[in-house]
Amino acid sequence: MFDRKEVQGDSPLGKRQPEGPPPAPAVQRIRLRYTKRGRLRFTSHRDFQRAFERALRRAEVPVAYSAGFTPHPKVSYANAAPTGTGSEAEYLEIQLTEARDPETLRVLLDASLPAGLDITDAVEARTPGLADRLQASVWEIRLDQVSPEEAGRAVAAFLEADTVEVERRTKNGLRTFDARAAVARLEAFPLRADRPGDTGCAILRLVVRHLTPAVRPDDVLSGLRATADLAPPVPAAVTRLAQGLLDEESGTVTDPLAPDREAVQAAPSTAAELTAAMAPEGSA
Amino acid sequence: MSVESVFPQLEALLPHVQKPIQYVGGELNSTVKEWDSCDVRWALMYPDAYEVGLPNQGVMILYEVLNEREGVLAERTYSVWPDLEELMREHKVPQFTVDSHRPVSAFDVFGVSFSTELGYTNLLTALDLAGIPLDAVDRTEDHPVVVAGGHAAFNPEPIADFIDCAVIGDGEQAVLDMTEIVRAWKAEGRPGGRDELLFRLARTGGVYVPKFYDVEYLADGRISRVVPNRSGVPWRVSKHTVMDLDEWPYPKQPLVPLAETVHERMSVEIFRGCTRGCRFCQAGMITRPVRERSITGIGEMVDKGLKATGFEEVGLLSLSSADHTEIGDIAKGLADRYEEDKIGLSLPSTRVDAFNIDLANELTRNGRRSGLTFAPEGGSERIRKVINKMVSEEDLIRTVATAYGNGWRQVKLYFMCGLPTETDDDVLQIADMATKVIAKGREVSGKNDIRCTVSIGGFVPKPHTPFQWAPQLSAEETDARLEKLRDKIRGDKKYGRSIGFRYHDGKPGIVEGLLSRGDRRVGAVIRAVYEDGGRFDGWREHFSYDRWMECAERTLPAFGLDVDWYTTRERTYEEVLPWDHLDSGLDKDWLWEDWQDSLDETEVEDCRWTPCFDCGVCPQMQTEIQIGPTGRKLLPLSVK
Repeated sequence: MFDRKEVQGDSPLGKRQPEGPPPAPAVQRIRLRYTKRGRLRFTSHRDFQRAFERALRRAEVPVAYSAGFTPHPKVSYANAAPTGTGSEAEYLEIQLTEARDPETLRVLLDASLPAGLDITDAVEARTPGLADRLQASVWEIRLDQVSPEEAGRAVAAFLEADTVEVERRTKNGLRTFDARAAVARLEAFPLRADRPGDTGCAILRLVVRHLTPAVRPDDVLSGLRATADLAPPVPAAVTRLAQGLLDEESGTVTDPLAPDREAVQAAPSTAAELTAAMAPEGSA
Repeated sequence: MSVESVFPQLEALLPHVQKPIQYVGGELNSTVKEWDSCDVRWALMYPDAYEVGLPNQGVMILYEVLNEREGVLAERTYSVWPDLEELMREHKVPQFTVDSHRPVSAFDVFGVSFSTELGYTNLLTALDLAGIPLDAVDRTEDHPVVVAGGHAAFNPEPIADFIDCAVIGDGEQAVLDMTEIVRAWKAEGRPGGRDELLFRLARTGGVYVPKFYDVEYLADGRISRVVPNRSGVPWRVSKHTVMDLDEWPYPKQPLVPLAETVHERMSVEIFRGCTRGCRFCQAGMITRPVRERSITGIGEMVDKGLKATGFEEVGLLSLSSADHTEIGDIAKGLADRYEEDKIGLSLPSTRVDAFNIDLANELTRNGRRSGLTFAPEGGSERIRKVINKMVSEEDLIRTVATAYGNGWRQVKLYFMCGLPTETDDDVLQIADMATKVIAKGREVSGKNDIRCTVSIGGFVPKPHTPFQWAPQLSAEETDARLEKLRDKIRGDKKYGRSIGFRYHDGKPGIVEGLLSRGDRRVGAVIRAVYEDGGRFDGWREHFSYDRWMECAERTLPAFGLDVDWYTTRERTYEEVLPWDHLDSGLDKDWLWEDWQDSLDETEVEDCRWTPCFDCGVCPQMQTEIQIGPTGRKLLPLSVK
């Protein structure tokens, strides 16, 4: 109560510049696909960032840093899945001060991260706009103790509606928005019972466009509750299966790293230079 | 008999709680051993939230020391927040370890590390959630042995009813010794049940088993004596002291959490113990003698630790880090070695002298120079003599002048309020000191916008210190004194706006005082507070002074006592103190003399560079001061 806000911000006094040369410039950008699996799906995005940046250090990856007294590794994250949902398709891009073979880097980083945070793909960035290509997500939603028929009816009711108003608690209070327009596709499938006596459960497959405000799987679940009273007795297990460009006709999502891969194949010269550049390091 | 993970049940609850990541485990460098391949199993707890408990060095060290042993496993557990506690009770999920989510009740030993007494209610929550009876006497041989450690365990009497035993001092060797006793007892088919196991532990002289001691009281409520109630149990229990830190380079593989925690750095304990002799400081008294880790040992731990963790900061920990005999070479060596790697170096707990500015400059070569922290502890020259904090005002002003001159923008000064013999004037002099600091800062920097922050909290007298007899200042008087200081600082037209003032009110200190110097009768208060919903007493948003006072008023009158009797009452030389039978090595007569010297404002030098002043620790514990310099240097790493 007696605390006084401490003065923040730059004072001209003692304004020092870091000694030594400026940080080395980036010579290569690599795009990575990673997962959040099993119990590590409870990792928040901030938690993942810290874990990833430490993995970069442990793996001694020559990542580029920003200038200044608190240099930050140059890593761009795109569109992270919410805490508590699993994902097979998260993306990020790192900038390196020395060129590296993407696959070698992938293996190294994957080994440096805890199991569950797995790096599953790596390409050299050759095209602009990875984030722009993440237009839609495919989600799998497992509804334990919900029959496929019940889920199917709810899905039909949801898809029939023109708009489905849902509420979400945000930092700025309760917000109401439409969860229907963003949904490109929604289907219910049965999942066969693992054990005799089980009634089985329902799996929803959801394709959702990335709009503003973002519609997340739990918003669609709220929508199913609102339109058809679907109330799963246990929390749904939600996993993102893919992100990418949406093919409106087929309702599928294409690999967002494909354009980079194609560019590398079309012009492999850089890859050859890369190999040459790495040669002095021998087995590295 | 295999023990099943409770994770499936827990997992269903996690979407409904805050920061679920803290409950899932899977930290880098954590160890999961096969349950059936081990015959002695420890659950280690830090009785606070994961974000505070995970970085705790003590738990991390014991976890690694135990898991390195064949046939021994150790897993960790932390206090769950009330949101999860409620769900766990509703869904019958027991207290679990984060490593493999096994129920705590399935382990042989449940070790709880108390850095502070404010974790006592969390112990009771964990026991209850684990399904372990709160009262040690109600436990059977199927329940784990509940052992307390950490600094607060030097007076375990307030929790004597709830623990089976306590170990005081360094834990590294002690947990291994205990493990062997448990192993032998189990291998023999558990002869004599739980009682026999506790007796075997007690007769070593290094494990305190409260139930083997009877406490007898005088009519006025004071203790008349504490007696062993069975033969073979020693009258006093000794603390454990590890010699040669280079032989114990733990943690070698520090845990790297996924969740955010309070300290995220590679911590290396550069020495243990302190003989500066600050009379208020329990840590300095109970961890003697000083034992340094060598400069090369430190260099190796930092190197391996950084490789194992990827941390971006190194903390050189100890009770007074600048006192390492080779700190200059260590700081320069590490700064040179990691200059390119964007590794930050930090040196907490430094003393007030200009040498420290050089060190701080070295450590921040390429970093921001925002703030430096010093702890003069007392505002007046007189009170600093009372507490034996040998810092003159001249030293302090010279030090801050150097700091501001080197581009540091802010100085933080730590003080205590309520020190023995203190008057309003001693505390009000803090304002004078702060204005002198600002004046000097403006003078050397030529700027007006420099800052000085005064941070002050209430003093709590602690067991095994010269102030163990001292009266604690009441919460009301503490608050009144702090308000006078605030008014004086705020009223200063010329400098007041440059001085930040942060303080902790006197109420939590009274509860800490009750628990610190309490005896077995205080256990009734702790239990009442727990039953009334008391949790996480170290957290402002959970701590309730009123609840503690109400519970004390309900329970202590049965013994003819009250909170004041434990806190603001001065003890006499003759009084048997509740912790007298726990031997920290300090000679009680020496402590008393030091208390008398304190009242005479007589200072005591540090025995590292002056002759022994006979505190009693080295001869009693058969230990010795282990310091450098070794003369060795930190070499640059050849292979990076």
